[in-house]
Amino acid sequence: MTALVAARPGVANPWVAFLARRLGRLLLSLAVLVTLAFGMIHLIPGDPVRAALGVTAPLELVDARREALGLNDPLATQFVDYVRALFSGDLGISMSSGVPVSETIGQRLPATASLAIAAFVVVMLVAVPLGLGMAVLTRGGRRRGTELGFTSTSAVVAAIPEFLLAVGLVFVFGVTLGWFPVAGRGGASSYVLPVLALSLGPALLLARMVRVEALAVLDEDFVRTARAKRLPQLRVYLRHVFPNALTSTLTIGGLLLSGMIVGTVLVENVFAWPGMGMTIVSSILAKDYPVVQGIVLVYGAAVLLVNLVVDVLLAVADPRSTIREG
Amino acid sequence: MGREQWKAALRHPVGAVAAALLVALALLAVVAPMLWGDAAEETDPAALSQGSTSEHLLGTDALGRDILLRVLVATRYSLGLALLATAICVVIGVLLGVLPAVLGRRAGRLVTAAVNLAVAFPGLLLALFFAVIFGVGARGAVLAIGLAGAPSFARLVQTNVAAVAGRDYVAAARVAGVGRFRLIARHLLPNIGEPLVVNATVLAGGALLAFAGLSFLGLGVQPPAYDWGRLLGEGLDRIYINPAAALAPGVAVVVAGLAFTLLGESIAQVVGVRAVRRRRVPAAEPAPLVAAEPAAAAVLAADDLRVGFPAPGGGWTHPVDGVGLTVRRGETVGIVGESGSGKSLTALAVAQLVPDAAQVTAGRLEVAGVAPLGRADAEVRELLGTKVAMVFQDPMTSFNPSMRVGRQLAEVTRVHERQGKRAALARAVDRLRTVRVPAPERRAHQYPHEFSGGMRQRAMIAMGLMSTPELIIADEPTTALDVTVQRQVLRLLKDVQAETGAAVVLISHDIAVVAQLCERVVVMYAGRVVEELPVDRLGAAAHPYTRALLASVPDLATDRDRPLATIPGRPPDPSDRPEGCAFAPRCEFADDACRMRPSLSAVAADQRAACWHPRTRPLDLTLDAVTGGQA
Repeated sequence: MTALVAARPGVANPWVAFLARRLGRLLLSLAVLVTLAFGMIHLIPGDPVRAALGVTAPLELVDARREALGLNDPLATQFVDYVRALFSGDLGISMSSGVPVSETIGQRLPATASLAIAAFVVVMLVAVPLGLGMAVLTRGGRRRGTELGFTSTSAVVAAIPEFLLAVGLVFVFGVTLGWFPVAGRGGASSYVLPVLALSLGPALLLARMVRVEALAVLDEDFVRTARAKRLPQLRVYLRHVFPNALTSTLTIGGLLLSGMIVGTVLVENVFAWPGMGMTIVSSILAKDYPVVQGIVLVYGAAVLLVNLVVDVLLAVADPRSTIREG
Repeated sequence: MGREQWKAALRHPVGAVAAALLVALALLAVVAPMLWGDAAEETDPAALSQGSTSEHLLGTDALGRDILLRVLVATRYSLGLALLATAICVVIGVLLGVLPAVLGRRAGRLVTAAVNLAVAFPGLLLALFFAVIFGVGARGAVLAIGLAGAPSFARLVQTNVAAVAGRDYVAAARVAGVGRFRLIARHLLPNIGEPLVVNATVLAGGALLAFAGLSFLGLGVQPPAYDWGRLLGEGLDRIYINPAAALAPGVAVVVAGLAFTLLGESIAQVVGVRAVRRRRVPAAEPAPLVAAEPAAAAVLAADDLRVGFPAPGGGWTHPVDGVGLTVRRGETVGIVGESGSGKSLTALAVAQLVPDAAQVTAGRLEVAGVAPLGRADAEVRELLGTKVAMVFQDPMTSFNPSMRVGRQLAEVTRVHERQGKRAALARAVDRLRTVRVPAPERRAHQYPHEFSGGMRQRAMIAMGLMSTPELIIADEPTTALDVTVQRQVLRLLKDVQAETGAAVVLISHDIAVVAQLCERVVVMYAGRVVEELPVDRLGAAAHPYTRALLASVPDLATDRDRPLATIPGRPPDPSDRPEGCAFAPRCEFADDACRMRPSLSAVAADQRAACWHPRTRPLDLTLDAVTGGQA
């Protein structure tokens, strides 16, 4: 099958089929996401507007707000209006501040995105060399002590959730040592603690995965072939072992990244980071539903995009996967 | 999961600590609110927001309430809510998980798709979504966390159900007309209980942490009630005044969360890994002194070559146990023997490619003028360079699947001859052409999986030819290939040998294959050489084992009415070899003399055998049939 496709290039390009299939899945997921974000406000028991404005609010105000939000229209009409507005970039208007939701998100998104991206870069920079190095050091049952130390430390640290790690870091580096600011977004030094809190657990988790995967690859026949070619060690590890350990690294890396995007919500609240995480929490508390809807959409879309990018990268990294996937 | 396994999980040190912690937490959850419930509510206007004092060990909060007591009392609420959320998660997860098995095919697929879609979103995002719907507060948070965890638990149930559903007893129950619900309750769920219990335990830890997160954000427990997350959130505001107010609940959350997670993982470990392996590397054996004696005519000279592995019971076992082997320049030598005779490991030892755990010793080992033993890896690499080329048994797995074939070939000269990218690739294409790979320019740009098996093996030979090897070691190069392709590869090896003048060591279990290609045959049995002889003297083989190998080769003259000759018995295990001749237990000529180990001694010109009773009667075999196809 494989040879067949390869022998007739152009007849059925596996890439076109793969991308079409994958984009189709993305569109379906996005549609579900939009439907859920729209449905959220209708799933709330009771009248969300009454809940938001409080029991003391006059009936006329509640009715006027319901009318403004379009909640009195038939559900189908509301949905069509919602989707149509989405396509023109209109996410509605905040119930508490009257500011367009898209404007709020536009202000808050960069802070969150920069935090998540910085943390992801740190995770990759730490996890890959650490995992690969540990695999090489502990291959074939060598250095049992190092192995045990690494696996148990990483297991414990990775099990501590980011916001508790954040509190610990604030205490040690902010309060006790006074090295880094503990709140707010400013220069580079303000990034240190939030990024560390967000990336430490995932980095160790990923390093464990890289190690296990690299250990399996080290036992493969083609690594023996590479050694038979008398290649320098580093070349064997970087060119022959690592690329073949990449598949699960990428898969887990993608999962971790989508987890980290949402993990920013907690970390932002520890460090008073002016991003979407702070906004969504205060909006949930204030029952400012349009803002919550908009931010849930952004988070969800980001997660779906990350999944798409990971799948495409996987296909590029492993030339067989595009064809193998059913 | 049997009682034994629970006990085993508790004997595991991590499991024991985790279980002890959980018992302590449970006790605290019961006792603390009764003992200190009121004291924890007591405000002390004289001691607002204090640090640690003798009266308040961990200080007080903004209303002067004792932090330590509040953390202890909060145990009940924190654990209770987390377990409640876990229960919701497990119930919904199991329902969603078995639904596809109950519903029809189409509806089942829909449920699976929905679960897969939901799993793509991180739990916290789902929890926030549900928190909006169910409202802020403890009840909403329990529902939110329970529902948010349900998709991934459902996925777990689905995979486990799918694994079990294919088993025979489920099929039998189906055939017997057992109803769907009964099938699930009686046949499916009980058999996936183990992984579900393990994962529910881990899940409880996750729920605890998630709940703390929601409460910390202010979306969970609302005042005046308090749990650890709430205390943490309140404490964080005053971390400069009293760090303990934030740290104490944080530590409590981490400890409780870890206790659940670690207990689950140690149970999983006990369930998954039933036999606990413990392997310790024994002290290295004293290596005999390496006598450096140059042998210019030989490309390979090995005396008393031994390869040891750490034995399970301590000490070493030696799959290769004192092999002597000499290969002259340009010579073609075949090594034959049954699987387990140590022939492949001998080849790997010669090429310095044994697995990490193995230890190689030798009275003398010289490969292409290099004595590799006792040198550092990097030095051996430098010295051997491209002098020894390897062709491995399985061409399917011996190429790097993520690298184009041409680059894998070119790599050799790029590294060792510092050739440029283009020049190296040009040579790779040239060598692919040499080994008769059609359309080599195009093929060089393909990945190994786009090659057929025979073509891959030829590419492997081409890789060895990138430089000028002095020795080509081919380890069962044709075993994984079709018979017709086998011929081509053997002929190719022969051509290569003739053109380059490199010595070839061909390893095979098939004496007929060796006879086709080689000038000399070395027969190995149980880690030692039992006979070596020129190929044209095979008919006069002296060792009973060699003769038995030859007799087991069918040829055109074989009487097809009689069963094929086989060698009775099996080769001995390397860790349990008989004292004397290792072949004696399977040998019809064995007697008391064979309790002593025979050494290789000349039985004719160029022929040596390790046997107390060498056979002299010529074998009744048509050599042409054995060496057939040599032309």
